[in-house]
Amino acid sequence: MTVNIDVGTVLRGTVCDLYSNLVTRPTGAAVRTAIEQQVIDMGASVVTTIDFSQVNLLDFSCADEIVAKLLLRYASDDGLPGFLTFRGIHEGHIDPIETVLERHALALVSWHEGAAELFGYVDDDERSHWEAVRDHGPIWAESLAPILAVSEAVAAHQLDRLRSRRLIMRRDDGFAVPGTVARGS
Amino acid sequence: MTSVISVPPSLDDHSFEHVFEQLASVPEGEKILVDARHARWASPYGLTALLCVAQSRAERMAFAVPEHADTVSYWSRTGFFRHAAELYDMHGTVPRARDAHESDVLLEITPITKSDDVHGVVGRIQQKAADILHGQLNLDTAITGAFGMTLSESCQNIVEHAGLGGWVAVQTYKYTRRLGRRVVVIAVCDAGVGFRKSLESSPGHRRSDRWDDAMALEDAVLRAVSRFRHGDKGRGQGLAGIRRFVGRWDGKLSVRSGTARIAITPEWDEDVPMTEGLPFFPGAQMQVTIPERLGDAPVRPRTAGASRARPR
Repeated sequence: MTVNIDVGTVLRGTVCDLYSNLVTRPTGAAVRTAIEQQVIDMGASVVTTIDFSQVNLLDFSCADEIVAKLLLRYASDDGLPGFLTFRGIHEGHIDPIETVLERHALALVSWHEGAAELFGYVDDDERSHWEAVRDHGPIWAESLAPILAVSEAVAAHQLDRLRSRRLIMRRDDGFAVPGTVARGS
Repeated sequence: MTSVISVPPSLDDHSFEHVFEQLASVPEGEKILVDARHARWASPYGLTALLCVAQSRAERMAFAVPEHADTVSYWSRTGFFRHAAELYDMHGTVPRARDAHESDVLLEITPITKSDDVHGVVGRIQQKAADILHGQLNLDTAITGAFGMTLSESCQNIVEHAGLGGWVAVQTYKYTRRLGRRVVVIAVCDAGVGFRKSLESSPGHRRSDRWDDAMALEDAVLRAVSRFRHGDKGRGQGLAGIRRFVGRWDGKLSVRSGTARIAITPEWDEDVPMTEGLPFFPGAQMQVTIPERLGDAPVRPRTAGASRARPR
């Protein structure tokens, strides 16, 4: 199950109904807290998508409070369940988001016009494996290995790294990028 | 006895040092008259810093307004007199407050005391900023968002670190002396605690023999150290982001705090990277200058690391 949370709506509902810019740290903290509460209230969603399309301006403070700290909550042992993806990230959001991702050594999956993109702190092996999963998934390590000309053990190791970072998810039919529509659905 | 502080005819971040110098030599508690009668021009830095001068002492100061009608008219359009009248005992003819509707005043002088003020400033400036930055200064449309971000982060420094309200103003003008081009200038000034004391309040701060205003500025501006960094790795990115912004758009950043001043300087400017031993003035005074782009001069790419996503 995928749940969409519109950050613009959360901003106007929790901070001020006149705001369309995600600026200042208190604003970011209030929006993040409201999103976390929504995720908890909605229960067992598998993929939560945070939608930035209604957000005009995003500064570093809000990128840190919302994007980085939400990802950190998902990554922690007692953190939020499921997977977190983003959509509606436009050109003006990229610099603050990538800056905070690198600062915390984090990465995220973003959906843009029906295609998944990977932002943030990843090494070349992680990126190549992630892109192969995106392009060929759902897929298992034995099918992925020949595509990337690596051993099955290497492919399995990289898939495990990506899964532990919640950048891919393990499904019954193989590894896939979170938010990918299951075949036949 | 009243000490007279003479305001130079042309008031920018450099000439303002004469004001700080005169002020530093006046003992606390002594009456002060800030004499701007002969002032003819002031940058947003000059005007916002003049308001900070009034906030820097407990004793209320007097202020003699400029004599030249054009100067009075311009300072009035920036909103200066409206705020100055609350801080100074005004001497001379102060015009009635008018709205800033001139295109060169991108953001009139605005007080910043809380986070909501930052939302107000960023929201108010957006459309006009897009028109001026792209339309008049020939800058790529991508600058508008980054400009808003820079404005937001600069103002947040006041809210989070100054411990006292401050001022922001944004203006465009032709920078004849050094550049011969139009520039857009953001000035953010306060008379609060300043960088050194702010960083000293961090639980993780370790004082060294070398620790002073200059080192505090280096830590904050060059090494992204924040007093909140202890236990929160995400802090300190605001100034680092501002530094990247000026680098990308061939701009200049200068920050004065206490007795030191740091400058991130482009090729078109000859400012020194660090000035120490300046007369003490409380708080932080920051200026961001972005010049008009000439012809089809290329925009520097964002700092790219191996981990960056592919461009869309």
